[in-house]
Amino acid sequence: MALKIISSQCTSCSACEAECPNVAISEKGGTFVIDPKKCTECLGHFDSPQCAAVCPVDDTCVIDNAFPRYQLPA
Amino acid sequence: MHRSAQQEGTKAETVIDIEEVMQQVAEHKGCGTQGGSGKASCGSAAGQGDLPTEIWEKVKNHPCYSEEAHHHYARMHVAVAPACNIQCNYCNRKYDCANESRPGVVSEKLTPEQAAKKVLAVASTIPQMTVLGIAGPGDPLANPAKTFKTFELISQTAPDIKLCLSTNGLALPDHVDEIARYNVDHVTITINMVDPEIGAKIYPWIFWNHKRYTGVEAAKILTDRQLQGLEMLTERGILCKINSVMIPGINDRHLVEVNRAVKSRGAFLHNIMPLISAPEHGTVFGLTGQRGPSAQELKALQDSCEGEMNMMRHCRQCRADAVGLLGEDRSAEFTTDKIMEMEVNYDLDTRKAYQAKVEEERIAKVAAKQEELSALAGERSDIRLLVAVATKGSGLINEHFGHAKEFQIYELSTGGAKFVGHRRVDLYCQGGYGEEDSLETIIRAINDCHAVFVAKIGGCPKNDLIAAGIEPVDQFAHEFIEKSAIAWFKTYLDKVNGGEIEHLARGDAEIRQGALIA
Repeated sequence: MALKIISSQCTSCSACEAECPNVAISEKGGTFVIDPKKCTECLGHFDSPQCAAVCPVDDTCVIDNAFPRYQLPA
Repeated sequence: MHRSAQQEGTKAETVIDIEEVMQQVAEHKGCGTQGGSGKASCGSAAGQGDLPTEIWEKVKNHPCYSEEAHHHYARMHVAVAPACNIQCNYCNRKYDCANESRPGVVSEKLTPEQAAKKVLAVASTIPQMTVLGIAGPGDPLANPAKTFKTFELISQTAPDIKLCLSTNGLALPDHVDEIARYNVDHVTITINMVDPEIGAKIYPWIFWNHKRYTGVEAAKILTDRQLQGLEMLTERGILCKINSVMIPGINDRHLVEVNRAVKSRGAFLHNIMPLISAPEHGTVFGLTGQRGPSAQELKALQDSCEGEMNMMRHCRQCRADAVGLLGEDRSAEFTTDKIMEMEVNYDLDTRKAYQAKVEEERIAKVAAKQEELSALAGERSDIRLLVAVATKGSGLINEHFGHAKEFQIYELSTGGAKFVGHRRVDLYCQGGYGEEDSLETIIRAINDCHAVFVAKIGGCPKNDLIAAGIEPVDQFAHEFIEKSAIAWFKTYLDKVNGGEIEHLARGDAEIRQGALIA
């Protein structure tokens, strides 16, 4: 139900932080992390997850399979 | 070219005199000297040249806008803007280390508060620090809150410092009013194309209105936003410089069109820079083997764009956290740890006094140049050649050949001496390490020059230079560059005319890869 940031690839540019509609992204230990409890994969906000769309490194903001996919509340 | 009477009337006396002399001696059209062709090729001009007074007032002590000013005044960049909203094929945001030397790389990011403290600390230590720029490492306008907070803090504590920013232009139309509110008087926009088909080869994607766009569609949005932003800024009287990266085979011919497009929208200066694409930087162009231009290719393009618009030729492509005079990095003295411990005493009067002294020196230099230009009066020749100069600054030939980190390149003709660029070289004199190879590197970097002017040079390199067809000239040590170059050129012409030597064309030269750390 969330995206995650692969920290070894994160350049810490902070672009994702400002774009997140859920304020789910913050800096932690030099790179950025997504709070899975807040992430909605941008469903209901935008066509695609904003963090992945703005990230300068491909395949760095990815779906975290440790969680079930986010569902919009009915 | 005709200049308006109004412009003519506003010039300083000394400058008018130079122009008159130049007009007399300029034989051919577009000879490229500021007087002869009617424009102050930014960089060669010791004075106002043809710039309108209101622009000259804004740029005369701005090191990034004038080759001459950059020897006297310092600038600094603060890295408060890490995020970017576009991807360029010549940029790689992945790696970030202190040893990397290429544009866009920084060693540490700053908060606006840290940045403001750093600016005060630097300005108190270096009184000639007059300009603060925000250039990244991402795009300042993709980080608007941090960028404008920094400007706000600095304008409160150090109101005499000029504020600049450098942007890719995508977000520019949204922020023009804020830029005007903080009295940012110089904005640089990087424009590499006005044709989306070409843009698609340079920009893989942009992020705009909450969406990632790719291909021609992305490039179309980008070019529309860039040109719109440029028009909005010039309407408000904010000076705009355009940076363009010259990418052979992709936009090299097209940049003439870009030049026309930005000129018609009021940009006052165009800076065409060579592509930096070393494979180890990991950029798309580096990995695909896209080459950068040679020195001759770059100069030819700059010359062809020089019609009515000033071309910038002294850009060192510095990093987004550079501090000091161009080419003289002092950023290591001002790390965040050191700044936070410093007690800063911002003394406006000391700064003003220092800067007044600098202005005196500059006027003396203009006078020296004027005096020697008359030496060429009456000379007639089509010969036009390049010379390299080893200098530490102040417009003097004051650097040892072996210590030079770069050479300045002047084009000599009967129109005078014109600064047309600089060539970075590896340090030749590094305690005996790799000396032979370094000398070859230098020769490749200035291979298109007929002579190299130095304060001093050893016997060995002297012979190698002569063998390579480059005359080492050391009899003008510690004298003014232009004055000396013109004197040497006059002797050269006399020898050619007297049949003593034959004038031969030189070959091309290499542009060294990698950005300057400073």
